[in-house]
Amino acid sequence: MTFRRLLPGLAGILLLAVVPILPVPPFWITLLNNIGLASLVTIGLVLLTGVGGLTSFGQAAFCGFGAYTTAVLSTHYGVSPWLTLPLSLIVGAAIALPLGLITVRLSGHFLPLGTIAWGLALYYLFGKIDLLGRYDGISGIPPIEFGGYRFLSDGSIYYLIWFFVIAVAIGARNLLDSRTGRGIRALRGGGQAAEAFGVNIVRAKLTVFVFAGVVAALSGWLYVHMQRSVNPTPFGLSMGIEYLLMAVVGGSGHVWGAIFGAGIVLILKDVLQRFLPGIIGTTANFEMIVFGILLVIILQLAREGLWPFVLRLLPKRQPRPVPASEHRLAKRTLAPAGSPLIKVEKARKTFGGLVAVNDVSFEVQAGRIVGLIGPNGAGKSTTFNLITGIASLTTGSVFYEGQPLTGDSPRQIARHGIARTFQHAKILPDMSVLENVALGAHLRGSAGVFRSFLRLERDEEATLLAEAAYQLERVGLGQYRDRPAGDLALGQIRILEIARALAADPAVLLLDEPAAGLRHGEKQELASLLRKLREEGVSVLLVEHDMGFVMGLVDHLVVLDFGTLIAEGKPAEVRRHPAVVAAYLGGAA
Amino acid sequence: MDAMIATFLIQDGVTSGAIYALLGLALVLVFSVTRVIFIPQGEFVAYGALTLALLDNGRIPPTISLLVCFGAVAFLLDLWDMRRRTDARTFLRSLGLNLVLPGIVYGIVTVLAPLGLPSFAKALLTILIIAPMGLYVYRIAYRPLADASVLVLLICSIGVHLAMMGLGLVFFGAEGLRAQPLDDANYTIGSLMVPAQSLWIYGSTIAIIVALYIFFERTLLGKALRATAVNRLGARLVGVRTQLTGVTAFMLAATIGAVSGVLIGPITTIYYDTGFLIGLKGFVAAIIGGLASFPVTAVAAIGVGLIESFASFFASSYKEVIVFGLIVPVLIWLSLSHTFHEEE
Amino acid sequence: MTGNLLELSGIHASYGRAEVLHGISLSMKAGSIVTVIGANGAGKTTLLNAVMGIMPARGTILYDGVPVPHSVEARVAAGLCLVPEKRELFASMSVEDNIELGGFLRSASERAETREELYARFPRLAERRRQLAGTLSGGERQMLALARALMSRPRLLLLDEPSLGLASKIVTDILDIVSELRKTGVSILLVEQNARAALEIADEGYLIELGEVRRSGPAAELAADPALMESYLGTHS
Repeated sequence: MTFRRLLPGLAGILLLAVVPILPVPPFWITLLNNIGLASLVTIGLVLLTGVGGLTSFGQAAFCGFGAYTTAVLSTHYGVSPWLTLPLSLIVGAAIALPLGLITVRLSGHFLPLGTIAWGLALYYLFGKIDLLGRYDGISGIPPIEFGGYRFLSDGSIYYLIWFFVIAVAIGARNLLDSRTGRGIRALRGGGQAAEAFGVNIVRAKLTVFVFAGVVAALSGWLYVHMQRSVNPTPFGLSMGIEYLLMAVVGGSGHVWGAIFGAGIVLILKDVLQRFLPGIIGTTANFEMIVFGILLVIILQLAREGLWPFVLRLLPKRQPRPVPASEHRLAKRTLAPAGSPLIKVEKARKTFGGLVAVNDVSFEVQAGRIVGLIGPNGAGKSTTFNLITGIASLTTGSVFYEGQPLTGDSPRQIARHGIARTFQHAKILPDMSVLENVALGAHLRGSAGVFRSFLRLERDEEATLLAEAAYQLERVGLGQYRDRPAGDLALGQIRILEIARALAADPAVLLLDEPAAGLRHGEKQELASLLRKLREEGVSVLLVEHDMGFVMGLVDHLVVLDFGTLIAEGKPAEVRRHPAVVAAYLGGAA
Repeated sequence: MDAMIATFLIQDGVTSGAIYALLGLALVLVFSVTRVIFIPQGEFVAYGALTLALLDNGRIPPTISLLVCFGAVAFLLDLWDMRRRTDARTFLRSLGLNLVLPGIVYGIVTVLAPLGLPSFAKALLTILIIAPMGLYVYRIAYRPLADASVLVLLICSIGVHLAMMGLGLVFFGAEGLRAQPLDDANYTIGSLMVPAQSLWIYGSTIAIIVALYIFFERTLLGKALRATAVNRLGARLVGVRTQLTGVTAFMLAATIGAVSGVLIGPITTIYYDTGFLIGLKGFVAAIIGGLASFPVTAVAAIGVGLIESFASFFASSYKEVIVFGLIVPVLIWLSLSHTFHEEE
Repeated sequence: MTGNLLELSGIHASYGRAEVLHGISLSMKAGSIVTVIGANGAGKTTLLNAVMGIMPARGTILYDGVPVPHSVEARVAAGLCLVPEKRELFASMSVEDNIELGGFLRSASERAETREELYARFPRLAERRRQLAGTLSGGERQMLALARALMSRPRLLLLDEPSLGLASKIVTDILDIVSELRKTGVSILLVEQNARAALEIADEGYLIELGEVRRSGPAAELAADPALMESYLGTHS
């Protein structure tokens, strides 16, 4: 029942709406305003840290950019706050973009380290610039006006702040629950699978970084017009760290957890500042000890934060039905059977002095199943990676329909209609089975951040999900659709990867050891699925170890040993080949 | 600017650069062995400098109580771990390391502190107090997170930094302190006047670098640390305990932090939160070294010191902006020179 | 007391939620070579990792009649040593340092003694003792991995695919060394893809399929068992 699911949320909103009317002490409203402002920043951090696997200690500086933009424009130039709002956001984005570009290509820990450094640098900078009023800041900032009403009191701007918080939270959830969002959520698993289905992971990282920067700027804009004055203090590194604490406390993977975390931290801070001096006897920022210890304890004992504990109390989320969709996705026209599709020509790969793949040449024809086999360490996986663009050729070339693929990234290769599975299955265990498959259909949709944020892409999303559901039925995993993918058994995960590849509407399927870890019956089901695909005109190249599995299935076998092609041909012939027997069972015994 | 000022700025830059180099080396050491980005390194510097300053005044530094507290918490955590399975050896080792050791340090310091020791003895006493803290910080904060990602460990470091800085405020107060130099003589070389403290700084930095080199190249434990940095699984398979290398790395880092504090305490006023900024400058150097290279880090640290020294002359109000802004071109350079590499 | 050096019963192991070993039992006598063979994905490597303690597992592992210690380090100290499939050498350190670290838990005198024995056994390594491990050829790396393991003076050596990626001549050399080692009293649990070669030097063999023992018995019998051919080349169906 949707209503029961929405109930806690609606109750929360209602409660928020009536609080200022109730006879509560005024500092409650101030505190709630601050929680709202912090929530905005924290929502951005949740997307960045918990979902995207990046992090930043410098979000407070982005608030500063938003704040100073509107402060300067509205005081020095008399620009209306409503006009400075988009400008503040643009400034936030404009700062985040280059900083993001610099760091997203580096390993994960350089971004947060960079943010510490520029968090400090920018704080000092705010305090040195005359235009920004140096450390004294700017005062006399006009309030926000709407239809002649001036948001002057804490109680009135309260509604404005919480309107933005709820709007941003819902938008962020919309974004995550979309084509773009799946790409972002796939970042945490390393992004390799996402990239193989055409997700531009650099862009996905930039998207969350810029998003986090923009919402922080929004918070800064609101802050300035609430406070009506601004100075560098709230934009320093310690605030940046506090925002991260909020994200970690709330639960760095949950949008609503951001608000929860901001609430806990700020209420705790308020309580500590009230009572600690009484205990210790002096006034100083002793709450940082508590915050520091809290951060360490949460990381040690509840790495997912505290929101999951709240979630347990709320009614369980019912799986949504897959929306019906009258549209079917366009299918690609497949090349006529027998025409050459993938051509590997004298492919060679060396690692240092080691020749992993030694001038291997073979061809995959349309509508055929080709098996690439060989004992452990024969160079099968490396050859496979040369075709999928994960490894680069030392010499030689790979052609797809006559065009060279050499130098193409996995993402570009996916665009040709080449879809793959992984030897060590790369699924996103916390995402549902359906969403994992829908990631495969990434390139068949086009909706971007804005349409997703505003839910304008529901038609397209419905079509993508319907396609994913169809592929799940096709491979026989329909009943597991709404389960987290991590619940599946190894064999089912392999099938799930095939469904994901099928959702890309591939011309060629590249399967990396699809039968490894499958039971006998599962292998037979997989074989019949692949036969069915062949009838539909899909070509398959599979790397396999299990000779029994490939024998009855493939049209053509390519056998590697020590990186060299030792035999090629029909399965029955290849099996009798003395070199093949020796390679598998050991030297001429 | 004349040559006189330039020489002075260079000397000043090299002096602070030498300290940043020590800190940068400790950071690279801790990161490569434990994957921890050790933000709280700077707190050891502050603790060291402030402890020395109090000893100078013949007072008993509160860091000894802090040390005892750290040890007690570590002991309680050990007890909790031992609740199911334990043996006398583990228990006694934990008792000795976590309660007896800080107790002895406490005793030694309370007896010796009011005696008006020579500077060098006070410096050694300071190091004796601070170095074991590395052990407890590792035990309390990081050991339970041994399997966590670099990112989680980094966030944990921030937590440790906050807590330690806050404790610094509680124990030392908000007032800044300045320690007495190890030796207040001045030497003149040509037109240049070199304070003895600077010579101590250069000498100690070189001595520590040489000692680290010998430790890593010549001792089995040092090699085990390198092996852990190169290949964790390989190290475990030959019987090197992750905890052993972790504890060693953190002890070294705390010792280096304390030494840096002893060296820098007499040349600048140190507040409870100054250590963080000093530590971060070591970080800028460590990042230039890709958090991996000791020589690049050491050279970069001298560079950071020089840039800071010249920046404070030409654009004094923008000094911090310039030093921390330095990280941006460094990251651009790292980003362009490194091939795209995904972390696990 | 069964008199066995190693006794596994009901070993289960999982990656995440997917179980890969479904209750493996195996026993080996002191001084013997036991080989575990089977196709890729059967769970052979996981089994060795479970015995070494680098992979958490359920079930009982008795070593010398008593439960094996908990930590990897304690197992090394007790005389277990794994040469993993990927060798896991310290690539940027010298051959000598690699070997030295193998004896991390042994005393300096034990190390010195074992080191000389090893250099005598592996003259190639003695020649290259100053070279970085990462610059060695495939065969030399395997030798170094073996030498590093022997430096810990193991009683039970766990070898994971020692022939992997090596030319057949070197494979013969390595397997010769393995059978030589037995004469010095080391027991060997050998995981090998190269079934024939492994069964030739082993006393007992276990054929594993999908995380379960399919056949076990004296190596010579297993070599002639049609199940072996079937498991590897899928001759049934």
